[in-house]
Amino acid sequence: MEHHNPLEQFAIQRIVPLHIGGIDVSITNSTVFMVLAIALITLFLTLSMRSGSLVPARWQSMAELSYEFIGNMIRENVGNEGRRYFPFIFSLFMFVLFCNLLGLIPYSFTVTSHIIVTFALAAVVFIGVTIIGFIRNGAGFLRLFVPSGVPVFLLPLIIVIEFLSYLTRPISLSVRLFANMMAGHTVLAVFGSFVVALGILAGWMPLAFIVAMIGLELIIAILQAYVFAILTCIYLNDAFHVHH
Amino acid sequence: MDAAAAKLIGAGLATIALAGVGVGIGQIFGSFVSGALRNPAAAPKVFGNVLLGFALTEAVALYALVIAMLLLFVF
Repeated sequence: MEHHNPLEQFAIQRIVPLHIGGIDVSITNSTVFMVLAIALITLFLTLSMRSGSLVPARWQSMAELSYEFIGNMIRENVGNEGRRYFPFIFSLFMFVLFCNLLGLIPYSFTVTSHIIVTFALAAVVFIGVTIIGFIRNGAGFLRLFVPSGVPVFLLPLIIVIEFLSYLTRPISLSVRLFANMMAGHTVLAVFGSFVVALGILAGWMPLAFIVAMIGLELIIAILQAYVFAILTCIYLNDAFHVHH
Repeated sequence: MDAAAAKLIGAGLATIALAGVGVGIGQIFGSFVSGALRNPAAAPKVFGNVLLGFALTEAVALYALVIAMLLLFVF
């Protein structure tokens, strides 16, 4: 029996080797799927909004639904000031969503199952929120680390804890998405190897599990994109409304 | 102790985190169901929060998985 490593699916393969100034900028399967995701988002949004009718048809209402979804999320979690950042959060949500969904296609590559990709996204959010917070509140942004109503003798401890929890935000944001994607796909691959190993006689049992698992993975793919976007909104809210 | 054996034991110990996550996910959905039975009209409104809580709790389990993977494959 052939042996397959369940982690093999995450391997990055160079498709077009490319070196510019000693930096490896090869086009890999990861690059291809990122470009594919962006192309699909662009196609989806432009083609579905082409008719632009007042009463939306199916495709147009799907595009409007995703727009409304993020619009409401920002309105509820950040408030009116947050609407300036709608394009950023909408792009973030759509990119993560499409990368997650593309990864569910068998033999495809999941971009978001690599921590460097999710960490880059989370680092952009973290650095952006910090800069926006300091621009809008000046040094007052530091009040974020001083919760109100805490006894003075506890303050030194609380400030350190709050500061550390602020610093771990990009890590938890990125690891959450990466680990969800990696774990789901690894479980699918492990159970896929069970189907092969058990053959026709008992192979249907893990196969049935895989079918259920794909359903769960579909929910997780959408849910994690939602969680990523809503946590970005919550962090952005901190930059606007510092009173803790 | 052999370093390889210690690695495997450590990866196994990392899965203890699942106990807490199991309690957490049960708590989330249990509270949701008992709340939804008391006030079914309000249930759809909080279901989004339930899913968010579920995803955040599940992520804790995956941190344990990451630690197990790090122990097994990186060290």
